[in-house]
Amino acid sequence: MKLEYITISVLVLFAAAFAYISSTGNHEWGGADDKPEAVIDDLTGGSYHPWAESIWTPPSGEIESLLFALQAAFGSIIIGYFIGYYRGLAKARGALQAGEDEGNLNARSSR
Amino acid sequence: MAEYVCHCNGDAMHIMEGFLPLNWCVFWYALSLPVVVYGARKMSGLMKNNRDVLPLLAVSGAFIFVLSSLKMPSVTGSCSHPTGTGIGAILFGPWITSLLSIIVLIYQAVFLAHGGLTTLGANTFSMGIVGPLAGFLVYKACMNRNVNMYAAVFLAATLADWLTYLVTSIQLALAFPAASGGIVASFEAFLAVFSITQVPLAIVEGVVSALLFKYIVQLRGDVLLKLNVTSPDVLKKLKESSA
Repeated sequence: MKLEYITISVLVLFAAAFAYISSTGNHEWGGADDKPEAVIDDLTGGSYHPWAESIWTPPSGEIESLLFALQAAFGSIIIGYFIGYYRGLAKARGALQAGEDEGNLNARSSR
Repeated sequence: MAEYVCHCNGDAMHIMEGFLPLNWCVFWYALSLPVVVYGARKMSGLMKNNRDVLPLLAVSGAFIFVLSSLKMPSVTGSCSHPTGTGIGAILFGPWITSLLSIIVLIYQAVFLAHGGLTTLGANTFSMGIVGPLAGFLVYKACMNRNVNMYAAVFLAATLADWLTYLVTSIQLALAFPAASGGIVASFEAFLAVFSITQVPLAIVEGVVSALLFKYIVQLRGDVLLKLNVTSPDVLKKLKESSA
């Protein structure tokens, strides 16, 4: 269980850092990439203009978060399915093994 | 310009659509595509000859899917997301991980306006090739020195994540050298944006990767041996201690 405790502690620390920084300053929590854009503007004196646009942009923040949630859900279900399947398999193998041992034991004692 | 600003609410790692000059787009595509193609060949070999590792391949791809969808707040007051490439790199090596990464990058470029198709080559190079390659090498080096396996996974996954952003900074710096100070000065400017934000996220990714790896060790140690990820002795010790 040690690794589980470490993981939970790190996640709690991460959340605590977020709470602390949120409460001490005024942050936008925006994606960090309008910042590189600002850096590019800065470096080129605003002369660089993107020459291509996304072929499709989610029409709203809601649709965007839907698609992000789908991405996460799709990935999570695959991980959960296989880890659960393996766990069941291991358990069944263990039970089978125990059953066989018991069977051998019974066979021996009845002899 | 205002029109672009509203398009650019994406994540930090992926260079946005149109934000690299054409010659650089071509350059990074030329570097990335051969790796991805070779990865595809390796993967199809795996699918033919080694079918019982396929569930772990699916889990590795799914892990990249989940982690790169999680935009997390960082200490700098802005958001970014992890990459999730460490597990794939350790289990299947950087070649196959480059293919897994490009699938996620295409999904995000097409459906989420994150990253872009013109910058796909560059983004694949940072997230799918350099990050996983570094993670893979770090893991192997740790194993050769008998470092605890979960610590090795942590280091590999953390570095794979963080180096992705380092490479992104280099790519942007090469394309946009500063008028005074050149590439080095702009590298520092981009790094200031990416690197600090990413440190806590990379650590979280490393810890979560190590935890997932623990379950893989417990449940499918046999597959780890088959993939040459570890040795029977190490595996036996880990299972006994079950950290």
